[in-house]
This record gives sequence, structure tokens and C-alpha cells, in this order.
Amino acid sequence: MTVTATVEPLVKARNVHKAFGDVEVLKGIDMDVAPGEVVVILGPSGSGKSTFLRCINHLESIDQGSIMVDGEQIGYELRKERLVKLGGYAIARQRRKIGMVFQQFNLYPHMTALQNVIEAPIGVHGESRQAATDNAMKLLDRVGLASKVHNYPRQLSGGQQQRVAIARALAIRPKLMLFDEPTSALDPELVGEVLSTMRDLADQGLTMIVVTHEIGFAREAADRVVFMDGGNIVEQGPPEQVIGNPQHARTRAFLSRFI
Amino acid sequence: MSALRDGTASPSGAADRTDLRDVAKAHRPFPLGRLILWAVAILIAADFVWIVAGNENFGWPVVAKYFFDPTVLQGLTVTLGLTVVAMTIGIVLGLLLAIARLSQDGLANTVAGLFIWFFRGTPLLVQLIFWYNLSTLFPELSITIPFGPKLVGWDTNSVISPMTAAIVGLALNEAAYMAEIIRGGLLSVDKGQAETAEAFGMTRVRALWRVIIPQAMRSIVPPTGNQLISMIKATSLVSVIAMADLLYSVQSIYNRTFEVVPMLLVAVIWYLLITSVLNVGQSYIERYYSRGDRRSAPRAARDAATEAPATEAPMGPSPTNVPQEAAR
Repeated sequence: MTVTATVEPLVKARNVHKAFGDVEVLKGIDMDVAPGEVVVILGPSGSGKSTFLRCINHLESIDQGSIMVDGEQIGYELRKERLVKLGGYAIARQRRKIGMVFQQFNLYPHMTALQNVIEAPIGVHGESRQAATDNAMKLLDRVGLASKVHNYPRQLSGGQQQRVAIARALAIRPKLMLFDEPTSALDPELVGEVLSTMRDLADQGLTMIVVTHEIGFAREAADRVVFMDGGNIVEQGPPEQVIGNPQHARTRAFLSRFI
Repeated sequence: MSALRDGTASPSGAADRTDLRDVAKAHRPFPLGRLILWAVAILIAADFVWIVAGNENFGWPVVAKYFFDPTVLQGLTVTLGLTVVAMTIGIVLGLLLAIARLSQDGLANTVAGLFIWFFRGTPLLVQLIFWYNLSTLFPELSITIPFGPKLVGWDTNSVISPMTAAIVGLALNEAAYMAEIIRGGLLSVDKGQAETAEAFGMTRVRALWRVIIPQAMRSIVPPTGNQLISMIKATSLVSVIAMADLLYSVQSIYNRTFEVVPMLLVAVIWYLLITSVLNVGQSYIERYYSRGDRRSAPRAARDAATEAPATEAPMGPSPTNVPQEAAR
């Protein structure tokens, strides 16, 4: 890893365990993400990669271990040396600096593209409507959708919807962006436009954790590739090492399906 | 090819009939059957209207005479007022009950469940009579600390007038039904929406208000329209507790004049007029909440597309220069 030891990691996950009923999905994940780092998590479906991503902003609670983002323990707080579970409002506050992009886009269908983007800045971050709108127009222009600002999600293609979703996540000026299989629900010819938008963000130094099946994106944009299988991190390192010269049989077996 | 076509062509051998012809030039066959059906239907309807209008037993002159009678209009005001107030309280309370029913909190869930169980499970007429006769059960209403001293109290008969009994009875009953309608609507919204709102740091209340409820409205509005129309008619039940609504007022007139049918017709026509107006209102509300559902780009979007230096192809021909609609 090229991360220098002096920089305090933005995300610090230690021994993260998570089970759904009897099924143990995460079996002790340790991961540090430095500011500005782009981490791509690869792995077969059911390997726990999406669940881990959702634990980072507490969409799923964890059973054991701890996750810190920007110096705050997610979902919990230390009060007089005792760890106390946070209430809904405090968790909502912690999530303000984490943007997320979903596999199914999840745009608000009753709002136009612009309204989708300005919703959280105005309602959660207390920005003025004018400032939020100006910023939103800039972001929508940046993802190439300046002409679609007044369209409703249903009037946009899947790729356009996902780019609006990316603009929406960027509008809250996140310190960390989470991408949960952002291209898996897209037609193959629409994947490229979303990936190139994401590559731009990576180049601009945004801290990103990306769960994806796009090996090409991992190879080009990732600072580090993490390969997960069966709830464990099997192997991680720079893309040329993990993708180019995988050490583990499971990584090789997974990657061989994409060549 | 032509050999094949000859082989399958009709015995008349008209080869040009099987040629490809542009459907844009197609003619519509003359709708003779439909025209006959329409004519018959109109004939029957006209005959029916003629018979009803000419029947002296309906007493149309009496209907006309009393249609705008002050007593009737007074009753109409009461009916409308009662409907609006009871429905408003019912919707607000119903929303709270629906949220309580869906919450993880066991206490809220149980209380809401019991409320809905009781008020849906007993006849509205019985509930109205109970509220009206509350003083026989509790001669005094008071706010006390449970099992402790009394803080303030009122004489029940001074609090429960026919009006308050009617409002409380109708509103609580309505709340129970609205709670289930709203709960169904909230459940119909994709779970990913609540999750997204959560991930963006919205509080529960804000997520409900801005994201979930506007989407739930699409499935809440039609049954609510139903409820509203039922409510207008249910207000006629309050005539049993001597509340002077529309039905009560026509009854008070025909008790004097014995023109039962004409006076009931006055009430029926008024009820039909109100529900017709409400139907129109409902269709407007439905159209508003399905705005994200339209496939074609909204006008504002098309205007914006032609004004902005488009990175994507503009959606349609440029309309005249309409001022760009501000973001709502």
C-alpha cells in the first residue's frame, strides 16, 4: 500500500462482524481508507461487500467490532467511558458527510432532477435555495445533464438517472462517497457514461469506496483493490498486483470469469 | 416470391390486395353497430327522463320551490361543515395512527392497533349515540393524574353538544379507516426510498414528509375520495342526534308538509351535486401526484433544453419564449 503512515485514515474499520439470522455475512473485516484514496471492493455475489459498504453509513448495524469515519464512531458515542448507541437524529447527523450511490439509483420519482439534487442540501444541510440551486446546476452540468434539470427521473435513461444520483450525492459535499454496484442495473451501453463520471471524481481526489463488478474500472481508477469472499478480505493491494498478479486461488478463480 | 403469393392468394386472384400498403392511409370502417347501440341507449334514457319528469308523484314543482329554501341551505352548510371538519381531523389523526402502526415502538403500535380495532369494529350509528349520551356514562369530564387528584373538570352536558358529539363521532371513526388507507399507501412506497432518505441524513419525520408521503399519495388519494363521499352521506346519520344537517332539514320540512318524496329529492340532488364537484377535485389531485409518472418531458424541461447550451439533444421543437420556470 502506498498510504503513508502519518495520515490519519478517513475510514477505520476493525474486526467488523455482521450476521443476518444464522448467516454470518461479515467475519471480521479490517480496513483503513486514507483521505483521497479510491478503494474498489471486488468479490462474488454473497461475499458481503455490499453489506460492508452499508455498514459504513449505518444502513446496517454491526454485531461486533467498530467503524470510524472522520474520527467519529458510526452509530455509537462514548459517554463517560461507556459506549452508548446513538438515536436516530444523531445517526442522521453522522451521515451528513457520507454520500451514497445505489445500484437501483433510488432517485425520488416525484421530484425533477434538480429537485432531487437540492433536497438534502436545503433540508439537511441548511443551505439557501439559491446557493443549493446554483451548486446543483454546476454539478448536473459536470455530469453532462445540464439540459435535463427539469426532467423527472422516469423521463431519463438509466445512465442519466445514475448520473443525477451521483450529482445528488456530491451536492452534500461529502468527505466520503460510497458506490454500491452503481452500474449493475444499467444496460451495457450505458455503463461507460457512469464509469467515466466516476473516474473524473477519482481524479479530483474524492475519497471513494466502490463496490463493483467492473474490473476495468478497478484497474484504471483504483488506488487499491480489495478482494472479498465469504465475508473475509482475501487479498488487497494495488490493482496491478491484485488484478494483474493475484496470489490467492479464489481471486484467480473470480477474475478468470472476466477474461 | 410471386409464385408463392399466387399460391396463397384469395381465389379472386387480386394480387394487389396482398401488397404492402401504408397504414397511415388506412380508413376506419363505418361504425354502424356502435351508432345503433348509441341510438338505442339514448332513446331509452330519454324515455326514462320523460317518464320521471312527467310523473306528478315526484312533485317537481315542490322540489323547485324548496331547493333553495333557507332551512335546506342551512342544513347543507351543516353537512358540508361537518364533513370538512370531521374529515380533516380524521385524516390528521389517521396519519398519526398509520405512522404509529408502522413504528417499531411496541406501545405506539399497540395503542394504534386497539384504536383502529375498536372504531372500525363498531357501527358508526352506535358510536354517535354513545358520544351524544356520554353524560349518562361520565357526568363530569375531568383531567386528573391517574388514580390521583383532579386538576380541572367540566360538566359533560356543557361539553358534548350535538355538534361536538357529531364531530367527535365522525372524526374518530374516520381516523380508524384513514389510518389503514394511509398505512397501505406508506407501505406501497419502495423501501429503497426510505433508505436513500436515511442515507442522506434526513430525519424520520423529514423523510416521511418530503419523500415517502408524496409518493404514497398516489395510492392514498383514490380511496380517500371514496371516504370523503361516504363521509358526506354518513353525516346524514347525525340527524338521529338532532343535528340539523341536510337530511334533518328536509325531514323537518316534510314532517310539516307531508311532501316526503319531493323533499328527499331535494336532498338527493344536493348530495349528487356535492359528490360531482368532489369527483372533479379528486381527478385534479390525482393528476398532481402522478406528475413524476408522465413519460414525455414537461414543458419547463423542454424550454430549459432549448435555452441551455445542450450537452444532450434537445427534447422537442422550440416553443415561443416562455420564461423558464423556477425550480420549486
